[in-house]
Amino acid sequence: MRTVVDLTRCQGYAQCVFLAPEVFELHGEEGLLYATAVPDDQAERVRQAAAACPVQAILLGEEVSTGAR
Amino acid sequence: MPADRKDGRIVIVGASLAGLRAAEALREEGFTGSLTVVGDEPHPPYDRPPLSKQVLLGQATADTLELPMRWDPDAEWRLGVRATGVDLLAKRVMLDDGESLPYDRLLITTGTRARSWPNPEEGTLDGVFTLRTREDGAGLAERLTARPERVLVIGGGFTGSEIASACRELGLEVTVAERGPAPLVGALGGTLSKLAAVMQRNHGVDLRTGVTVTALNGNGSFTGAQLSDGSRVEADVCVVALGAVRNVEWLADSGLAAGPRGIACDAGCRAFNMYGIVTDDVFVAGDVSRFPHPLFGYQMLSLEHWGNAVEQAEVAAHNMVSPGPLQRPHLAIPVFWSTQFGLNIKSVGVPTYSDHVVIAQGSLEARRLAMVYGYRGRVTAAVTVDMAKSLDYYRHLIETAAPFPPPPGALDRAIAADIPIPSAVPDPSVLSHGPTVALTGHLPDRRLTVV
Repeated sequence: MRTVVDLTRCQGYAQCVFLAPEVFELHGEEGLLYATAVPDDQAERVRQAAAACPVQAILLGEEVSTGAR
Repeated sequence: MPADRKDGRIVIVGASLAGLRAAEALREEGFTGSLTVVGDEPHPPYDRPPLSKQVLLGQATADTLELPMRWDPDAEWRLGVRATGVDLLAKRVMLDDGESLPYDRLLITTGTRARSWPNPEEGTLDGVFTLRTREDGAGLAERLTARPERVLVIGGGFTGSEIASACRELGLEVTVAERGPAPLVGALGGTLSKLAAVMQRNHGVDLRTGVTVTALNGNGSFTGAQLSDGSRVEADVCVVALGAVRNVEWLADSGLAAGPRGIACDAGCRAFNMYGIVTDDVFVAGDVSRFPHPLFGYQMLSLEHWGNAVEQAEVAAHNMVSPGPLQRPHLAIPVFWSTQFGLNIKSVGVPTYSDHVVIAQGSLEARRLAMVYGYRGRVTAAVTVDMAKSLDYYRHLIETAAPFPPPPGALDRAIAADIPIPSAVPDPSVLSHGPTVALTGHLPDRRLTVV
């Protein structure tokens, strides 16, 4: 699973940091850093984090399958 | 063109954030025809902001930044292939592998690339980097891991400042050379740039302002640089962070209104041709576009903002499959963020479209503030430092053209809010790093003069 945080929406509530600290991390008081590749054992925590985000800034999805030409 | 806009052939040139989001949005809007996405990088779309942050800090590797795909746009991906031209009459995109792709509607999302060091011989010394692509990020991160003695960053814009911040966090010595009076001055104006300078120096950055780098030295490998004040910086890694160049050269003979500031389009993302006539079937989105915005005097805006790429791509996709009366304009308020030296800096609106500023909340001393920018008595932008939750409030003031200085309403509105000071936006012609937002008309406080 892949994730990206829309940091234009992020307001630093840090719910994701509490729920999935291995994927989301605060840098200073409210700057958010995150891992875009979600390890399998973190997938459920990241889903919870996405659901809990008050501004719905966390986007989840799969890898782009570029398929066969 | 087929009568049904939801069918036919769509080609997207540019396979990064805007290209991916447009492809997804086209299917979401019900497009059932054939979709081809062309990208000159060999990788599927990936996220670039982490390249100057997590990747340099060693918290992520550059090959793990692939963007999530919300649903499969069922596109044919032509990656590692460069588009070399467009024939507007024959409606074909030419590729450098000799093929050409027919289209009914075309979307251009070719974005920007890093501005390279002007002297190619010096720029290719081992140890000299720019930072834009996955490969750039991986290469620079590897070099920082090897603990260089000193890193020289040329340009104190957002990217340069974030790189300097990462270096200090890694415990590396770093020198920043900025042509302007302070870092971030081109984006934030004079007052906030003073805070940026203090932050850098407090974190141990050797900040040199009002200087340019005149030569990079080295015999095969970079060893140092000459500055315009006669001094020399000994360093073994150099990052050229002088802003971005828009990828428009491939359109030189196309007849589209493509130039160094981007491809001009209308508010509906429809490209203009070289005569200023709007095209019906060529659309533009993301960093490579420039579009008129009513809140900023209808000046053409060139934005290098993540959020703009997303929102403009979605508007372009909607308009590509919708009949004229149902098309909608891209009028989003520009939003930008940066994380550096432990601070979260966010901007809404266009700070350079201003004549005065006030600190509406917090203070420079507290390193926590909301600075509001005004132009001729109305609010046009705000920048928050570690105060992101206030940003929506100021966005609302911008959208409603609220009077400047802003009315009371914020929680700890300081006395400083009553004393506007000049915003001190520098003349863009003297900037060295590229600003991430550019008004391509005239600055509000400068009149057109006949020379």
